[in-house]
Amino acid sequence: MPLLEVNDLHTHFFTREGVVRAVDGISFSLEKGKTLGIVGESGCGKSVTALSIMGLIPKPPAKIVSGSVIYDGQDLTKLPERKLEDVRGREIAMIFQDPMTSLNPTLTLGIQITETIRRHYDVPKAQARKKAIELLDEVRIPRASERLDDYPHRFSGGMRQRVMIAIALSCDPKLLIADEPTTALDVTVQASVLDLLDDLKAEHDMGMILITHDMGVVAESADDIIVMYAGQVVEQASTLDLFDRPEHPYTEALLGALPQIEGEGIREGRLTAIPGRPPDLIDPPKACRFAPRCPYVGSDSCAEHMPELRELRKGHWVRSAHPSTERAGVRQPDRAPA
Amino acid sequence: MSSNGKLLEVSDLHKHFPIREGLLFERKVGDVKAVDGVSFDIAEGETLGLVGESGSGKSTTGYCILQLLKPTSGSVRFLGRELTELGREDLRKMRREMQIVFQDPYSSLDPRMTVGDIVGEPLIVHGIGSRQDRSSRIRQLLDVVGFNPSFTNRYPHEFSGGQRQRIGIARALALSPKLIVCDEPVSALDVSIQAQILNLLKDLQRDFQLTYLFIAHDLAVVRSMSDRIAVMNKGQLVEIGPAEQLYTNPQHDYTKALLSAVPIPDPRAMKERKAARRKLRHALAEGERS
Repeated sequence: MPLLEVNDLHTHFFTREGVVRAVDGISFSLEKGKTLGIVGESGCGKSVTALSIMGLIPKPPAKIVSGSVIYDGQDLTKLPERKLEDVRGREIAMIFQDPMTSLNPTLTLGIQITETIRRHYDVPKAQARKKAIELLDEVRIPRASERLDDYPHRFSGGMRQRVMIAIALSCDPKLLIADEPTTALDVTVQASVLDLLDDLKAEHDMGMILITHDMGVVAESADDIIVMYAGQVVEQASTLDLFDRPEHPYTEALLGALPQIEGEGIREGRLTAIPGRPPDLIDPPKACRFAPRCPYVGSDSCAEHMPELRELRKGHWVRSAHPSTERAGVRQPDRAPA
Repeated sequence: MSSNGKLLEVSDLHKHFPIREGLLFERKVGDVKAVDGVSFDIAEGETLGLVGESGSGKSTTGYCILQLLKPTSGSVRFLGRELTELGREDLRKMRREMQIVFQDPYSSLDPRMTVGDIVGEPLIVHGIGSRQDRSSRIRQLLDVVGFNPSFTNRYPHEFSGGQRQRIGIARALALSPKLIVCDEPVSALDVSIQAQILNLLKDLQRDFQLTYLFIAHDLAVVRSMSDRIAVMNKGQLVEIGPAEQLYTNPQHDYTKALLSAVPIPDPRAMKERKAARRKLRHALAEGERS
């Protein structure tokens, strides 16, 4: 049985300008011990997906219009708030992008870590404190017992993100959702935080959802990847298959738009930019949402009808009328292996 | 230009910020050495990439070159003149030749000015052309950067990040400068838009023989733009060299650590890179301890 199953999730925002279809039919499942990467650009709905799973979307204006989130046999979208609070933190924990603002600057780390422990377990303060020290040790913060009484401002960005990870792990969750956990961090710090998450995932046997805009980050950490565009899944595959044989024109374009760090002619060459920008999610076109930017769109149906998400080969799903393997006669530029 | 073909020569540049303490009677208790003895030069038409992590002093270096911050000491020679010794009026004239594109297209454009006013302001400041000349120059500049010239009467908030960055670039081009300091010009943009802007900067460089100091934290972005690259750490240049050479054969440990930490979109290669960077981090930590 999968750890988490999301079925045809639709989360819309009801604004004065109209209904924003931020998440418009997302399905996936996650097994224990695996990492699912969700990639996409700003506004594609990846964070709203995470917040919907956690029941943290702002209601109103947002509402889960349809779909289900099945965790441990129960549908989280149907759970009353009180019950959901028992799941949140204890079963499913989340870390956010900005470690600078996710900690309360007026409370010591000790208070902020033990708060979570004592919310979920009935333990005395001293014991919660002991657990907090162990946690800081576990996320490799030196001199943990002294640092516990410090305030967040005394920690660097990378250290704060480690503290956030410690809080997330405090109740041994089975699922960790990391929403752009390293985006605000320097590249060397990012590497050490990603390595830490890898280790912890294995040690705690957790499932992980890693949300990011960075193709490099999912390439190194995810087992499977979902590519989102304009509120929908456009491609889903194992990490190796996705990078070896990307199918959706958007995925191909995203990879082509990335500057390369190794290779020849980098300075002289041009990047393959994607013309235009993503559609407005208020009243998006009925057609394929990538059609206006797609180089392969023709006189065929995809400019009028939404393509279904279909399984092109085992485990490789794509929502496009023109996946690369079906483009007969159109020679593809080979992506040189780095 | 100076006789040796260098457009810009920076030598032993320092910028220190005082640390003050005390509420009523503030006193200086030390210095933050944001830029601590940096030297490099840039030839005409060249792009020098300046990479480093946050707080490394790369932006401060850019500001000191343009004299937007007064350097504590050191020399900045541009077009054969020593900028640090110029008076206000002379400096103002020199600014026609050197411009900047900022990181954040959301806060670097005045929300109360129209697109046309933003792009045309440098022309007014420097008293260039009649009203009519300026208006046609504005339209031409916007056209060059791929921004629809019929939107000159609109305001920045009506446009996306990528479009706003085009406005910022048009403004920087208005006076036909020789040098443009690009300070993290694409770091606020999504990948697909980032590629558009990087391509645009390359095209402009070719068409107008521009010289860039390209400041960024993203090593892949810097690589794609630069002829030579300088790596900064804690206010100092740790390594400088031709892009290809620096990336394929880095000499300084910090450069190696930086390069090994970059996640690349290739899951197979990442496996090896991850193992290598763990080793390197371990070695660096050992080195610091001993």
